[in-house]
Amino acid sequence: MEILISIVVGILFTVGTYLILSKNITRIIIGTGILSHGVHLLLLTMGGLKQGAAPLLGQEAASYTDPLPQALILTAIVISFGVTSFFLVLAYRTYNVHGTDDMEKMRGLENDE
Amino acid sequence: MNNLIILPLLIPLLTGVILLFLGKKIILQKTLSILSGIAIIITSILLLMDVNSNGVQAYFLGGWLPPFGIALVADSFAILLVIFASIILVATTLFTFKGLDLERKNYYYYPLVQFLLTGVIGAFLTGDLFNLFVFFEVLLMSSYALIVLGGTKTQLRESIKYVLVNVISSALFVTAVAFLYSVTGTLNMADLSARIAEINQPGLVTVIALLFLIVFGMKAAIFPLYFWLPGAYSAPPPVISAIFAGLLTKVGIYAIYRVFTIIFYHQPEVTHYTIGVLAAITMIIGAIGAIAYNDIHKILVYNVVAGVGFILLGLSSFNSDGIFGGVFYLLHDMIIKAALFLLAGAIVVVTRTTKIGQASGIMKSYPLLGWSFLAAALSLAGVPPFSGFFGKLLLIQGGFLAEQYVFVGILLLSSLLVLYSVMRIFFLMILGEEKLPEPHQRGNVKGLVYPSIFLLALSFLMGMGAEVIYPFVADAASTLLNPESYIEAVLKE
Repeated sequence: MEILISIVVGILFTVGTYLILSKNITRIIIGTGILSHGVHLLLLTMGGLKQGAAPLLGQEAASYTDPLPQALILTAIVISFGVTSFFLVLAYRTYNVHGTDDMEKMRGLENDE
Repeated sequence: MNNLIILPLLIPLLTGVILLFLGKKIILQKTLSILSGIAIIITSILLLMDVNSNGVQAYFLGGWLPPFGIALVADSFAILLVIFASIILVATTLFTFKGLDLERKNYYYYPLVQFLLTGVIGAFLTGDLFNLFVFFEVLLMSSYALIVLGGTKTQLRESIKYVLVNVISSALFVTAVAFLYSVTGTLNMADLSARIAEINQPGLVTVIALLFLIVFGMKAAIFPLYFWLPGAYSAPPPVISAIFAGLLTKVGIYAIYRVFTIIFYHQPEVTHYTIGVLAAITMIIGAIGAIAYNDIHKILVYNVVAGVGFILLGLSSFNSDGIFGGVFYLLHDMIIKAALFLLAGAIVVVTRTTKIGQASGIMKSYPLLGWSFLAAALSLAGVPPFSGFFGKLLLIQGGFLAEQYVFVGILLLSSLLVLYSVMRIFFLMILGEEKLPEPHQRGNVKGLVYPSIFLLALSFLMGMGAEVIYPFVADAASTLLNPESYIEAVLKE
């Protein structure tokens, strides 16, 4: 199971990298979203996908899944959510001010402003 | 357990929250910001005294003992950096009295700086890798907001790139944490160090170590990963650049020092040698960039890159002289870079341009500004009465002891080029014929120069009275070289 998920994570990383290397800001932001999905899935996989009950003490079971990666992912998800929403607003504002969403046209020139 | 440790973290956090409610009451915001800085300095000095007499101190959040809970660890290295970070906070806040437009001050500049400082201090004090990630995000989020605050065209363009680079490096940080958790099953730094020492750092762990080098190198702007810095640091107003140059890359350097001395120190011929090579190329790139441009901001920004190389060379030599020199130079670099960016801000207020050729002769009308810039330039290059000399001397000594003659040669050469780059500003812009805009077009620099003079005085004291802070820096270096004392303080119970 871990090997299968690792391959999926690899695909997500590839797609994310490909999108981040494109010219359009929206595509880049979608790329970062996919990249963070890959990272969160990786965190879950690296904690081990062994069978066990959900980490709730009410469910009486011989073994539970590792609760630590789940807490880490929850933290990482809200952080990347906050950053992504900021990034989207930033992209919107940049589009309004610069009038373009093409990264190639946003090069720094010596005497701009 | 020492309850004082959490105060440097709580003070800026609570101040930031209070400042959020004070919206447009600027005077109150300034006063509270400065008081918060002074309060952090006082508590940290008390903490430093305690650490110096009783060894490394740890604070277990919620009373959970490590490795299960999060520990805050205070050793001399972390506390010295906390003190210097708060000094920069005080100096830059003094600069904002005259040096920042009302628009930016009204829209949460002061609370954002407090949150930035919370992130920086948290990153210095934490003893847990994932907690380090969270504090990195706290400081990065505040820096995103600060870099774009004001919303000019250049700022928007550069912050898109800055945010993108940091989102990617944060994703890599979580990846590295996931791998390390899978190998060791813990995230507490002291526990990690003990467990990796048990398995004697196999190849897999060295790969993870290099992944951490990439992550922190992106924050610290080392050679192949420095490309975002020149644009991002020259876009915002001078106060914000000064805060960034003084604090942000230094947090990355701190994390590299911490991780490669406490956790991954078993394969120095791979990891530390790589750091040495990258540091050498970083110095070359920084020096080339610094002499290539005619724009003051660009020159100073590449000096930041060169400074990163100098500091990391001390880690690469990995002996007591090198680490000592690195820590001392890191402290010196924080204040002097902040001072230089503030002075550059004052120069631009007078000249109305950042280009060297378009203005000259500041010295005739503004001698205080001119002489302060000369002092800052000499201190940056490492001329004896100032603080830069002592750190660089020990870095060179450490390099020779580690037989890294080529790296030391590069360090000396790039120091020369760094001196040339700032002296070029001095000779062409500050000395020479008076060629300035009409007096009524120039801004007022009264009050803009004093914060940098305060920082320069500190640099002078650090150079002349190095014996005063010598024991603390020596203690910091010895903790870094002997992780046992760190592990013992955290895991003793």
